[in-house]
Amino acid sequence: MKPVPLATPDTQEWLDRIDAGELTVPRCTACASSFLYPRSSCPRCGARSVELVPAAGTGVLLSFVVNHRAPAGFEAPYALGVVRLAEGPHLTGVVRTDRPDLLEVDAAVRVGFEERGERRVVCFDLEEAGR
Amino acid sequence: MSVRGTDLRGAIAIVGAAESTDLGKIPDKSALELHVDAALNALADCGLAPADIDGVASAGELPNDIADYLGIVPEYLDGTNVGGSSYMLHVRHAMAAISAGLCETVLVTHGESGRSRIGMTPWAPAPQSFMAQLEIPHGPVGAPSLFPMGVRRYMAEYGMTREQLALVPVVQRQWAAMNPRAKLRDPITVEDVFASPVIADPVHLLHCCLVTDGGGALVLTSAERARSLDLPNPPVYVLGAGESSESSVVSGLESLTSSRAIRLGGERALAQSGVAHADVDHLMVYDAFAHVPIYGLEDLGFVGRGEAPAFIEDGHTAPGGSLPMNTNGGGLSYTHTGMYGMFAIQESVRQVRGTAPAQVDGVDISVCTGVGGMFMSSGTLVLGSAATL
Repeated sequence: MKPVPLATPDTQEWLDRIDAGELTVPRCTACASSFLYPRSSCPRCGARSVELVPAAGTGVLLSFVVNHRAPAGFEAPYALGVVRLAEGPHLTGVVRTDRPDLLEVDAAVRVGFEERGERRVVCFDLEEAGR
Repeated sequence: MSVRGTDLRGAIAIVGAAESTDLGKIPDKSALELHVDAALNALADCGLAPADIDGVASAGELPNDIADYLGIVPEYLDGTNVGGSSYMLHVRHAMAAISAGLCETVLVTHGESGRSRIGMTPWAPAPQSFMAQLEIPHGPVGAPSLFPMGVRRYMAEYGMTREQLALVPVVQRQWAAMNPRAKLRDPITVEDVFASPVIADPVHLLHCCLVTDGGGALVLTSAERARSLDLPNPPVYVLGAGESSESSVVSGLESLTSSRAIRLGGERALAQSGVAHADVDHLMVYDAFAHVPIYGLEDLGFVGRGEAPAFIEDGHTAPGGSLPMNTNGGGLSYTHTGMYGMFAIQESVRQVRGTAPAQVDGVDISVCTGVGGMFMSSGTLVLGSAATL
């Protein structure tokens, strides 16, 4: 069984909305900076007022590895990458592709969700592969 | 950047330095015993006894337990644990504490039963840590997936070839071949690296560090007290030290092709020491994976951005080169218990003392950089002989 994240109070709503099929990006209501991971205060100005803004759902693959060994529940090979979301912050996730060997940095990706029981986990699909 | 702490340049010295009696597979010692074994060796190295120690610093095991096991009654404890660079930070903190008169003689210890796992809690990120929430659900194969995450981007931006990345373990094996204590000593080629199993492409097995048991310890005191002691070995002076940190998840790092923590810690250390890059005789850069020394060479400012792969390819870091690096064979070939930083410091001390198995001629200044996690922390020390004071 693939693992699912265990929330802390400061990540609970962000993870709940992912489970509902919506990726959000935390944004400071005082200085308007966006950031990830989710925090209850702003890492730029320290304000304690943070809102979760629905993400555009697009991004660019900054870098990746292709795992040839896999933890329980995963089937190698698969690409694990870091994506820069359109809002700016970065997020780690699997890039779903049949040909991870053809993957290149700076590929345009779209946010997707992988269902795990009653939970969901964010992953990424290649834009050019169509939807 | 303002230059801080220049008055502390050379204020303290490493008077004792030693590793555990054995390295590699040590099934008859717990992690705590490896700290203690190394501590007793380091005390013997400088002719001091536990009763001479009034400060203890350690990571992995708690400093209070190290003190109690050895019968030390401490007046200074430092349990800083930011991963493999922790020992560089312990030295820096001891520099401040000893100089401020908070304590006189500090014992820094490392011990880890990384391979045999004796007396170690099983390694797993806490279930609600950032790593467990943001990375583990996506199936990383531990550090080999996460630490080298930026390598592809580095290759794309700077044109580093797979051959150049493979040269890092190849060159370090050349150093290890001269070191009887190194775990892996047989020469390897770029082809051998490519033929080793793929773990997380572009990372092959030979790009990854060893997993071993072992320990190391340092005894630090003021330069003034060092001169009053009848020491069997020459003191190695701490000319400069720096530290910094950033995110513990790779998606939170400022850059995937550079380490901000190495850059800031290195700048502080070099500025405090007043040492110019050209005057550095020897370099240690923590090498959990092959790309880390490449980032380190650039982030410490020894070469320009994107120039490290060619620098290594041209032989500058190899035996006979202009900047000998990771001369014990490094984490890739010598030993890597988990938090390797202590072993990097040990090799810098040996090189400045002139007692390394693969001794470089005329080392007066050695720079030693550690990293913790996947670039989540870094500490750099500039160490020098008496001639540099």
